[in-house]
Amino acid sequence: MSIETDNPLPSKEKKITPQPQTPWKTSGTERASSLIFILAAAAASYMTVALTPMKGILPLTLLFFIFAALFSFIRGNRSRGIVAGQDSAAGVVMAIGMFVALLPIASILYTTVSKGLPGLHRGLLFNDMSAATPTDPITEGGLSHAIVGTFVMVMISLAIALPLGLLTAIYITEIRGRFTRPIRFLVQAMSGVPSIVAGLFILSAFVYPITKTFSGLMGSLALSILMIPTIARTAEEVLRLIPEDLREAGLALGGTQWRTVAMVVVPAARSGLVTAVILGIARVAGETAPILLLTGGGDQININPVEGAMGSLPFYIWKSFFFGSEEAVARGWAGLLVLLTLVLILFATARFFSTRKVR
Amino acid sequence: MTMSTTPESLSAKQKELEKKMTEERSQSHTAPASLASVAQTKVSRPAGAKRLGTGLEARGVHAWFGKNHVLSDISVDFASGTVTALIGPSGCGKSTFIRTLNRMHEFIPTAAMAGEVLLDGKDIYAPGTDVTKIRLKVGMVFQKPNPFPSMTIGENVLAGLRLAQLKSTNKDDLVEECLIRAGLWNEVKDRLDEHGGALSGGQQQRLCIARSLAVSPHVLLMDEPCSALDPGSTLRIEETISELAESMTIIIVTHNMQQAARVSDYTAFFLSDGGPGEMVEYGKTSEIFSNPKDKRTENYVTGRFG
Amino acid sequence: MICSSSVHPFATPDCDSCPKMRLMPAPQALADAPNLPKPRVITTEPRLSDKVFRAVVTAGGLSSLVILGLIAVFLAYQGFEILVTEGLDFFTSSKWEVITDEYGDVVSYEFGLAAMLVGTMLCALVAVFVAIPVSVASALFLSFYVRGKLKAILIGSVDLMAAFPSILFGFWGFFVLMPRAEYWAMLINKYLGWIPLFAVDERVFTRSPFLAGLVLAVMIIPITTSVAREVFDQTPLDRVQAAYALGATKWAMIKAVALPYGRGGVVGGAMLGLGRAMGETVAVYTVLNIVYDINWQILFGAGGNIASLILLKFGEARPLEVQALMAAGLALFLLTLLVNFIADFIVKKSGKKGR
Repeated sequence: MSIETDNPLPSKEKKITPQPQTPWKTSGTERASSLIFILAAAAASYMTVALTPMKGILPLTLLFFIFAALFSFIRGNRSRGIVAGQDSAAGVVMAIGMFVALLPIASILYTTVSKGLPGLHRGLLFNDMSAATPTDPITEGGLSHAIVGTFVMVMISLAIALPLGLLTAIYITEIRGRFTRPIRFLVQAMSGVPSIVAGLFILSAFVYPITKTFSGLMGSLALSILMIPTIARTAEEVLRLIPEDLREAGLALGGTQWRTVAMVVVPAARSGLVTAVILGIARVAGETAPILLLTGGGDQININPVEGAMGSLPFYIWKSFFFGSEEAVARGWAGLLVLLTLVLILFATARFFSTRKVR
Repeated sequence: MTMSTTPESLSAKQKELEKKMTEERSQSHTAPASLASVAQTKVSRPAGAKRLGTGLEARGVHAWFGKNHVLSDISVDFASGTVTALIGPSGCGKSTFIRTLNRMHEFIPTAAMAGEVLLDGKDIYAPGTDVTKIRLKVGMVFQKPNPFPSMTIGENVLAGLRLAQLKSTNKDDLVEECLIRAGLWNEVKDRLDEHGGALSGGQQQRLCIARSLAVSPHVLLMDEPCSALDPGSTLRIEETISELAESMTIIIVTHNMQQAARVSDYTAFFLSDGGPGEMVEYGKTSEIFSNPKDKRTENYVTGRFG
Repeated sequence: MICSSSVHPFATPDCDSCPKMRLMPAPQALADAPNLPKPRVITTEPRLSDKVFRAVVTAGGLSSLVILGLIAVFLAYQGFEILVTEGLDFFTSSKWEVITDEYGDVVSYEFGLAAMLVGTMLCALVAVFVAIPVSVASALFLSFYVRGKLKAILIGSVDLMAAFPSILFGFWGFFVLMPRAEYWAMLINKYLGWIPLFAVDERVFTRSPFLAGLVLAVMIIPITTSVAREVFDQTPLDRVQAAYALGATKWAMIKAVALPYGRGGVVGGAMLGLGRAMGETVAVYTVLNIVYDINWQILFGAGGNIASLILLKFGEARPLEVQALMAAGLALFLLTLLVNFIADFIVKKSGKKGR
């Protein structure tokens, strides 16, 4: 509000506007008392562990949680009664739940990075394992064959899964025929198909009756089964966000449904569909079980998907860990780190595209 | 679904009132005269009923959303046992003001305020105040009826007790009393075990009023309680308001000036000229509608803008 | 669900959360009324391009049905012989062996999946029971206790974990979690061993169903958390405010409004997690000791798992055993389908009531 000093209205005195306040926010003293009470819970749990036969991190953590909830209950109860006590204890319990859920993420990231870093070397991304044995020093060989194999297989499976997944999503959101509900359920059921069952299916339907040999293509087929539901569900969510007016506008201009979908609806959802594709790739890039059943897992670069064994990141990791020598385990961690980095990049890219979706 | 189900349950007095209202509505285009007359001929409430609390007072209340100053320097003393209507065009801060009175304002993440709100003489924003106790004393009825769908009608009435874990000696009596006071008892007494969603909009809103009454608040805030309802339900709720005002302080936000004239003892007119909302005029309802002091108030109540 | 029936009386006949519908005259009654013209039948003849478009999209949309059908058919076809010769024993016996003579010819064989079925359920149930409280607490925390940037970061972390490949969980579980969890298992057995669930006959705690369940729990927590959080985030604001305006604390509001509203989502998320946990292969294979005896003691280092069995036996399997593995795969497939079906049913049913 601007106060017009040049032309003051007689009824309006010049007022001093007070500063905005937020009296409901936690004040400094409350923060300090929270800190004291957390320290008290920590001290109490430490004392208990020190004075009783219970030892170790687990009882310490558990006791800390129990004491934290108990103390916050007492604190709330004393200041504002039993209801407030329950409320603050409940808040502590929720925070503990969040902490427990996040702890493994931190542990997984830390373990993979700390154990995988020593295994990284310049040749890792350019050499394959054809000339190196698992007991060779870690600087020998690399996983170029695994990266190439994973790339080839993921691309082939994407070529199969993208059209099918997208068509499924379009059926659900655009055609809305009588199969809409069953198809939605089937897509959900398909996302629950165990990956090893997908592998067995390809084995029984293609490998035994037709090709009689393991190859990258067989792995891709199994991966595409796992990819279709991810793409279909994400694409469906995105297409659902496209406003109905847009479709009606297209139809009202005399466009056929085909042209409306192809030229209005799908382009409007473009960046969301990119997210769907990336999430689909992230879903299958580290998939292990069907790869172990179907690809044969070679040690050298093979870009021919229909002939010969094809290596891949999960296979490389699996093989390294189960070989068990010190060097092989180091290779396994390095492989996991590469896989984790790949997933992180894919995830960040998907995030980037999904935040730009059409409103 | 107009004028719900049981006309025979309306008393003769209610019918008479309805007739009067219909007449008024038919002549609403001659607004100033009729509004003023409504405001003056309103039946005065019997004094002497037991009153809860000593009222509510706002002192220099300001409100912000982020950097946006939406409400400037509002000071009103709401006496116990009165109905105060807040009128004014959309976006002038009426709803924001009413939400500062029971500390619902702070649910908007960027919200801030200044000033004091005194409930029975104590500042509700003072440090260490238990906000849940404030909200128990200052009840609120929202624009859209919002009964809890997972609870039955009876459970909805008792929801406040359950939420705050208050003891009640006789729950059945309390449910009956609250529903009678909210004017809903006759319509729902045989189906207290049905879910709250089974009622019509007007019945749901009266259920929400009954729900607020169960914790015996000293003040009842109503944020456009009738804007989503049909005329019949509106009438029933206005009657409820008149009856409730015998024992508590009621503050009602309304866009309907006839409603303000019908139900309120005092009226506050809010206005925003692009800047923060301000209270232009406050006074007895009869004064505001018949003889407003401020030109802007007159323009508004005579329907020249807004 | 917002009930719109007062606006469009006949718009949503499946809106059964709307009891007002009952008061409406049935469409039939209107049609019987005299002097009303009969509604015209509106026909549209789509253009050829649209016909082709619809056919193609419908065919694509049915791909999930076709693939699921083919999976069942091919696994059943390959496993048919074993299923016939073993009969019901395939599900009730626990023996899994092929005896060959010195030339490598099969002398006798016996394939029973009982131990694996029990083990699969046991591991998955441990996982779900560990995951549910953690997921519900963190979902409520995300929905009601944090907001702004911190909330976005926390949600991002949980979603990121959902995108981790299972091989990562498997080896993390083997190298990091297992050594610690073995000790926890010992503690639980020491102090709570009097509960039959935590008793063991022999003090062997390595590679137990409990351990596998823990790894699976870590794996499904992100999924169940994000499903539950999405539902809690949709809790209608007017109900939340109504609860607060009645003097509710945050916890009282959660009990009265958020939990009844989100119940379906929580159960659905848990069932989804159960399905994932039952079908997981590598994360279980690394931390579970496969033993061909039914074992109900979750802390004891012997378990079963259909998916891990398939992976374990496949490498050395002869054609006959491969057929048995196909039959096992079929059993696993049908089991996960069933769980998904139940999840779908529960979510739909509770979705109607609680909202």
